[in-house]
Amino acid sequence: MKIHEYQGKEIFRQYGVATPRGIACFGVDQAVDAAKKLGGKVWVVKAQIHAGGRGKGGGVKVAKSLEEVRAHAKRVLGMQLVTHQTGPKGQKVRRLLVEEGADIRKELYVGMVVDRGTQRVVLMASAEGGMDIEEVAAKTPEKIHKVFVDPAAGLTDGEARGVARKIGIPDSALAQASELLQGLYQCFWDTDASLLEVNPLILAGDGRVVALDSKINFDDNALFRHPEIAAMRDLDEEDPLEIEASKYDLSYISLDGSIGCMVNGAGLAMATMDTIKLFGGSPANFLDVGGGATAEKVTAAFKIMLSNAKVKAILVNIFGGIMKCDTIATGVVAAAREVKLSVPLVVRMKGTNEDLGKKILKDSGLPIISADNMAQAGQKVVAAIKKKKAKPKPKPKAKKAKKKKRAVKRKRK
Amino acid sequence: MSILVNKHTRVMTQGITGKTGTFHTQTSRAYANGRDCYVAGVNPKKAGESFEGIPIYGSVRDAKEKTDATVSVIYVPPPFAAAAIWEAVEADLDLAICITEGIPVRDMVEVRDRMRKQNRKTLLLGPNCPGVITPEELKIGIMPGHIHKKGRVGVVSRSGTLTYEAVAQLTELGIGQSSAVGIGGDPVNGLKHVDVLKLFNDDRDTDAVIMIGEIGGSDEETAAHWVKQNMKKPVVGFIAGVTAPPGKRMGHAGAIISGGKGTAQEKLAVMEACGIKVTRNPAEMGRLLRSALK
Repeated sequence: MKIHEYQGKEIFRQYGVATPRGIACFGVDQAVDAAKKLGGKVWVVKAQIHAGGRGKGGGVKVAKSLEEVRAHAKRVLGMQLVTHQTGPKGQKVRRLLVEEGADIRKELYVGMVVDRGTQRVVLMASAEGGMDIEEVAAKTPEKIHKVFVDPAAGLTDGEARGVARKIGIPDSALAQASELLQGLYQCFWDTDASLLEVNPLILAGDGRVVALDSKINFDDNALFRHPEIAAMRDLDEEDPLEIEASKYDLSYISLDGSIGCMVNGAGLAMATMDTIKLFGGSPANFLDVGGGATAEKVTAAFKIMLSNAKVKAILVNIFGGIMKCDTIATGVVAAAREVKLSVPLVVRMKGTNEDLGKKILKDSGLPIISADNMAQAGQKVVAAIKKKKAKPKPKPKAKKAKKKKRAVKRKRK
Repeated sequence: MSILVNKHTRVMTQGITGKTGTFHTQTSRAYANGRDCYVAGVNPKKAGESFEGIPIYGSVRDAKEKTDATVSVIYVPPPFAAAAIWEAVEADLDLAICITEGIPVRDMVEVRDRMRKQNRKTLLLGPNCPGVITPEELKIGIMPGHIHKKGRVGVVSRSGTLTYEAVAQLTELGIGQSSAVGIGGDPVNGLKHVDVLKLFNDDRDTDAVIMIGEIGGSDEETAAHWVKQNMKKPVVGFIAGVTAPPGKRMGHAGAIISGGKGTAQEKLAVMEACGIKVTRNPAEMGRLLRSALK
């Protein structure tokens, strides 16, 4: 789960991490009031969305008067902010953070994740903070200093001081900086974070080290022991289809292609997407129905896939192990009827009660295309889309209309 | 004969009375020698009772002492699963297989750290894995038994259903398996690809191995480099997630590309460079293995 910058900073403060003073706002007037309350002469108006790269996208503005605060708030609030992490459509800005301006002497970087290799939390820090940290990491990895933290000991004084020195913290600020780093580590550990980033961490004009930004992601599997963090969830920032899917315990992710896929198991789901691509198509989503799919779950999955207008065909790939193929087939037929399926549907089923499942699909009378293996399924679903595209040649509308009329006549007879 | 488990293995189930534990203990017991192999269950609140004739003990240690079980399979719910793993480790079992999905990563970091620092002998398989099967001998986990066939090919994979896919392809081609091992999709786990490859390399009844990976992390790369230096048997591979966009979590907590690392392309390239034949078509895993046997 992700949270906003201002929420992250609230958590930081509980761990003694210095941050600028700031107030979260939902309206323009509120933003101006916030600036007044904060006082001073310089403010920063920051768009609060879950994606990074907000500065480059025009979502972070410095104001030198209350009028400027108002103007920036007006422009940023409600804008579709496009960053390299939002995708081309961008994300609508619904919340702002108005902060006191900071006197930046130097921009640094600090981040933490769980390192799979060492199975420890790794703290990464660099003297080259700011907007281009990803480039720094890619081109000059030696400028990223790492500490693999012993989970029993935590981040020690010595480690914290050592890394602070390496990123160029002057001796006068060393004590405060290492306390701040230890606070960040403790925050990561206590809250079951999966990622924590401060970019930039700054050395301020007054000699203090301050977290100018915050980004925290949490381990969804641990949210049960952090109700206060779970309460920070902002559904506006999440894909409505992904939220709907999570209600049914389906793992769904929207993608940009035209072939909806429904698969059991994450690995097989990814492999199915890869197969679609291999045969020249592109997946519209990742959808793992999990091990215990019921007819109800399959119907929900179909509805979710089809509410994506880009979907031109559906591929169902089920390896029935514990789950039986006939159960899935019944679910697929019920779902196809309920949603009045109008796009081609290719089904590949394998495993327990395979033949029974295939019979159910066949007997349903629905135009379901059956496939024997994954490759064939991929080929057939891609072919189905091409066929559909190729169909409407000359006067397709008239033809369709005629057919309909004929059908009506026949019915009357 | 196989790796990790065979028909002489004695198994206890931690979480035998839960819904999942009950169901999978029943199906595993019904497979091949399961009836002889499943000898104990563990549930501190139900010690002294029994489950379909399997005695339930209050602790792993107790179950081990009374029944000589050396392997445990864990179906305990996520909030308590790490503690269940640790109980198996403290009782010095040979192998703990954790099926449970959704364990907080921090819990796993702590358990793995303690296992390493105390130099514990117990091997951990999983969590969030289908388990391990030695066909026609013993099935420990949630995989469908009937798709397997006894033979001489090893299978190791991070994903459950993709393992079944590979196994079914092999069986259809008439190629049996020595053992099939699911190491699980979580970021912090026990045995990794390289550990299982080492076991297959030393197993005189395994001739070749299918290694199935996923985007995220660098386990497959590590394994590939080891194969190049040490493996005496052919290895073929597949990596799922060529089409997965960076930064998106694809079901498995492990299946996420971050910082441009751990992409499928990168893994496939390293594997090929290390002499592992790979396919980009998951429907071809079985045939690729067959071609490597010739």
